[in-house]
Amino acid sequence: MKDDKKLYTISVYTENNIGLLNRISAIFQRRHINIESLNTSISEIPDVSRFTVVVRITESQVKKIIGQIAKQVEVIKAFYHTDDEIIYQESAIFKIASELLFEERQIQNIVKESHSRIVTVNKEFFVIEKSGRRSEIDELFENLKPFGIMQFSRSGRIAVSKDKMKISKVLNAFKH
Amino acid sequence: MKKNQVTKVRNTQTDQPRTSKRSQMKKSIHISGSEAVVRCLIEEGVDVLYGYPGGAIMPVYDELYKFQDHIHHVLTRHEQGATHAAQGYARISGRVGVAMATSGPGATNLVTGIADAQIDSTPLVCITGQVASHLLGSDAFQETDIVGISTPVTKWNHQITKASEIPEVMAKAFYIARSGRPGPVLIDITKDAQFEEFDFSYEKCKGVRSYNPVPVATENSLKSAADIINSAKKPMIVWGQGVILGKAEKNLIEMIEKTGIPAAWTILGASAIPTSHPLNVGMVGMHGNYGPNVLTNECDVLIAIGMRFDDRVTGNLDSYAKQAKVIHLEIDPAEVDKNVKTDVAIIGDARDSLRRLTPLLREKEHKEWLSKFTEFYKVEFETVIDADINPTKEGLTMGEVIKEINSCTNGDAAVVTDVGQHQMIACRYAKFTQTKSNITSGGLGTMGFALPAAIGAKMAEPEREVIAVIGDGGYQMTIQELGTIFQQRCAVKIVVLNNEYLGMVRQWQQLFFDKRYASTEMTNPDFVKIAEGYSIQSKRVSRREDLAPAVAEMVASDQAYFLEVCIEKEDNVFPMIPTGASVSDIRLE
Ligand SMILES: Cc1ncc(C[n+]2csc(CCOP(=O)(O)OP(=O)(O)O)c2C)c(N)n1
Ligand SMILES: [Mg+2]
Repeated sequence: MKDDKKLYTISVYTENNIGLLNRISAIFQRRHINIESLNTSISEIPDVSRFTVVVRITESQVKKIIGQIAKQVEVIKAFYHTDDEIIYQESAIFKIASELLFEERQIQNIVKESHSRIVTVNKEFFVIEKSGRRSEIDELFENLKPFGIMQFSRSGRIAVSKDKMKISKVLNAFKH
Repeated sequence: MKKNQVTKVRNTQTDQPRTSKRSQMKKSIHISGSEAVVRCLIEEGVDVLYGYPGGAIMPVYDELYKFQDHIHHVLTRHEQGATHAAQGYARISGRVGVAMATSGPGATNLVTGIADAQIDSTPLVCITGQVASHLLGSDAFQETDIVGISTPVTKWNHQITKASEIPEVMAKAFYIARSGRPGPVLIDITKDAQFEEFDFSYEKCKGVRSYNPVPVATENSLKSAADIINSAKKPMIVWGQGVILGKAEKNLIEMIEKTGIPAAWTILGASAIPTSHPLNVGMVGMHGNYGPNVLTNECDVLIAIGMRFDDRVTGNLDSYAKQAKVIHLEIDPAEVDKNVKTDVAIIGDARDSLRRLTPLLREKEHKEWLSKFTEFYKVEFETVIDADINPTKEGLTMGEVIKEINSCTNGDAAVVTDVGQHQMIACRYAKFTQTKSNITSGGLGTMGFALPAAIGAKMAEPEREVIAVIGDGGYQMTIQELGTIFQQRCAVKIVVLNNEYLGMVRQWQQLFFDKRYASTEMTNPDFVKIAEGYSIQSKRVSRREDLAPAVAEMVASDQAYFLEVCIEKEDNVFPMIPTGASVSDIRLE
């Protein structure tokens, strides 16, 4: 049976609880699985948090991981998706020296062509924001690198599924 | 309501949350967090808990002192002993065991027992004191992040920093520990929360919205399973502790008696149905019986009930029951397809699933198939069992000791074992007539488990004979609990099978490391003298003719009794599935 490693996006709906990040990340750590990216935020439902975890593992591994996550008391539901089943984004910000913006024409072209956005400009630096696929952000990084990037930070992947997640239905089913 | 006065004391914990109007409408009382903790325990029907005091939990101990007529706190001699005692209590009774410790070293000493309870699905509530909330994270005296440390080995854990959280969190703790697939819960309470006063009232937890402890098996899964079972020629059952935890013993017997299906057990499933039942074909796994192991690879349908295909059960997964259709009755969906791919998964509580499955099954007998197990048993008896339990050589064997215990107790005793050769021998040869009678550390294999677990078991069921069978190695890991036995006048019977070796490790060194006995030989103290130091009646036996009278004397005693049996030093446990081998490659010698 072919069971290749693939990129999976795991979405976990949970109660908002202090220890839960630790509990969930321990599930990966214990199996020696490297987390490619992790994002936590609120979800569409009040008082329900959402974890988005990206890992490169086999499908049989991801199924077991989902089982382990889902059985944690404060986890409402966990899903896994391949890239073609979701709409996903990452966001990155670049801090660049201000003089470059005015002196290097190329920089302005790069900003334009990459569909990134200048967030702020002051005397010393300006900040570019780019949302998109990892590859697009990587490309922008490579293009800006020669000019000198003062600081760089990229978010974890955030994603929504093409299919419905039906969390409210799950939540209602829990009501006793 | 007056202080220290409890409206009602229940000695037994009921499974179903009580919904009496009275308890729901109880008026609140203004008390401290620490008093609230004790009142919560009493509300949950806790009659005994095990623990060890220290700075950060002292306010709760002060309340335990005031409430000692309602709840009995047992001082163990080490916090690990407290968790194992709570486990023994839970395993024999099905009720939640409770352990308590102070912060820092007290809390970390609980971890082994918690991990053991997690992997063996034992309901525990562990309560730890913590430094005051304003000191959290400051490396205060005896501060340790026990919530962080215990996260991977608890079913749930939580830190309380405000007294007002206590009732709800405690109620949730007991509910989570005992419901669904049981497990350990740890509640860490800061010292300021223990002192803080608030308006207390208690309501049992009836559900947690993100937690569905008991999934209900679908009709479809039951029907598909029934179709497969009804057309099976050589079906076989392997049951595990899920049958005991789910109180499905009778349902299992009903099912096998209707269908004639031979049924084998994992080490934690032992005693769920009597050893003497004609369809009980013995133990599977590394040191299990010959027949059920070999025939796992010959059956056409394998029905796994409340077991989790541990590697000590399956041997090499690539050659485990590949020919069979696999049906898995399991309460925890995460166990399905974890190790063995199933054809039909029946996800639900063992009792409910079996109760609904059996009517769909056809009455049958599998005489010829069953006789195969008998044939294999004959071979095993001639090559292994006979020499184990009816030895003619000079040295005493572990097997004959277990046989002697069987005959003196008629199989009515609860046998608590530690980890090693003696454990495997005890599980192989102990005869059981009642469920919840085999208490051992299965998944974690924790040496030091048996002595404190036996204390908990005896205190939970004082009417039952509780016999701890322990190796000379493991005995010394928690030997200090003799102090607890002495102080509590706990009538456990302790049998140490002394081979002067870490026998199981020595066996592996003999078989797989060319007899290089690295650090497995022990120069032991005079165990009888040690027991005498605690005023425990004791005896050492090294000759065959003395064995039966000594076991009889031990069983006849109504107090604690220590019996050391000097065993042949280099005996091995067989059959054995070497690590990585297939169940059908089980070795008889
Ligand atoms: C806490 C702990 N440490 C180490 C081991 C590894 N181990 C498994 S069996 C065993 C030997 C046990 O010796 P003893 O208690 O004398 O029992 P015997 O095998 O001789 O019956 C050891 C060291 C363990 N299971 N638990
Ligand atoms: Mg030994």
